[in-house]
Amino acid sequence: MMSEMAKAGRQDWIDGARAMLPLLPGAVPFGMIAGVVASNAGLDALAGIGQSIVVFAGAAQLASTQLIADAAPVFVVILTGLVINLRFAMYSAALAGHLSALPRWRRWLAAYLMTDQSYALSVLRYTARPQMSLAAKFAFYMGGAIPMWTVWLAATAAGYFLGNRIPASWSLDFFVPLSFLALIVPSIADRANAAAALTGGAAAVIAWSLPFNLGLFLAAVAGIAAGYAVEKLTPKQGEDA
Amino acid sequence: MDNQTIWLAIIVIGIGTFVLRASFIELGGRFALPSPVTRALRFLPAAVLSAIILPALLRGEAGGLYYGLDNPRLIAGAAAALVAWKTKSVLATLAAGMSVLWAMQAVL
Repeated sequence: MMSEMAKAGRQDWIDGARAMLPLLPGAVPFGMIAGVVASNAGLDALAGIGQSIVVFAGAAQLASTQLIADAAPVFVVILTGLVINLRFAMYSAALAGHLSALPRWRRWLAAYLMTDQSYALSVLRYTARPQMSLAAKFAFYMGGAIPMWTVWLAATAAGYFLGNRIPASWSLDFFVPLSFLALIVPSIADRANAAAALTGGAAAVIAWSLPFNLGLFLAAVAGIAAGYAVEKLTPKQGEDA
Repeated sequence: MDNQTIWLAIIVIGIGTFVLRASFIELGGRFALPSPVTRALRFLPAAVLSAIILPALLRGEAGGLYYGLDNPRLIAGAAAALVAWKTKSVLATLAAGMSVLWAMQAVL
């Protein structure tokens, strides 16, 4: 019985890792850019690589590092990072029904390792197999999350040391908007998200001269409102993708 | 920004992010996000990221926003957006954007 359970657990770890494997190469350029941008922004090696351990969230790291490079006030840096990470509360809500019964340290470990990828893969798997045990759910989650963490950290470190050798005239800071473009453009699958993106971008440009990067927050609110409005006005067809 | 302030930012973002990630898992599924909030959050990535992207593409050499079509960042960003849309490939997007930027910087 015990060994059977351990065996099932091992298979779930492997399944989790297998599901994550095709998503790992996509994390490499982002991690490297996070490292390059951190070194160009003047962060020392400990901070540049350490943020990948402490924060472990690519988009927030890129945006906050860029703001540090632009000499923004510290509360703007913090607020921007946290606003970008608000989506994790939504993932947490989606995973709660599956992971809340875990012992505290396992819950915290799973929370710490949460990424867009681990959330998406796990919820898909849990939904497809409603009879999965708690142990199996945890094993599947960690099987994917640990390789993702390792790749992210290695890629950031590689990027940091590479970035140290590249002169500023190469404009490597341009990788920040480019990586966000690579993230966001393919994900704009419906009109509501397109409206959110266009409105958010336009509002940020209009409000650009406001102090403390306030334009970013206004733009977020305007973009969300636009997405929400378009969704309300669009006749439903097929529901959520 | 000095090293201490940078670490302050990293640690506060780190703790805040952990709290966001743990939030509903710790509440034990007893509370759910009201559905208008979930739906609003769905638009957050698109809204925030393009609010970062667009001003960065319009940044002129002098520091302010520059709308001219001879702004290398604007053209490179437009090319990258097109590639991102057509290929959905991260590497192709980065390569297209950087090569157009470098080419324009070399020519102008």
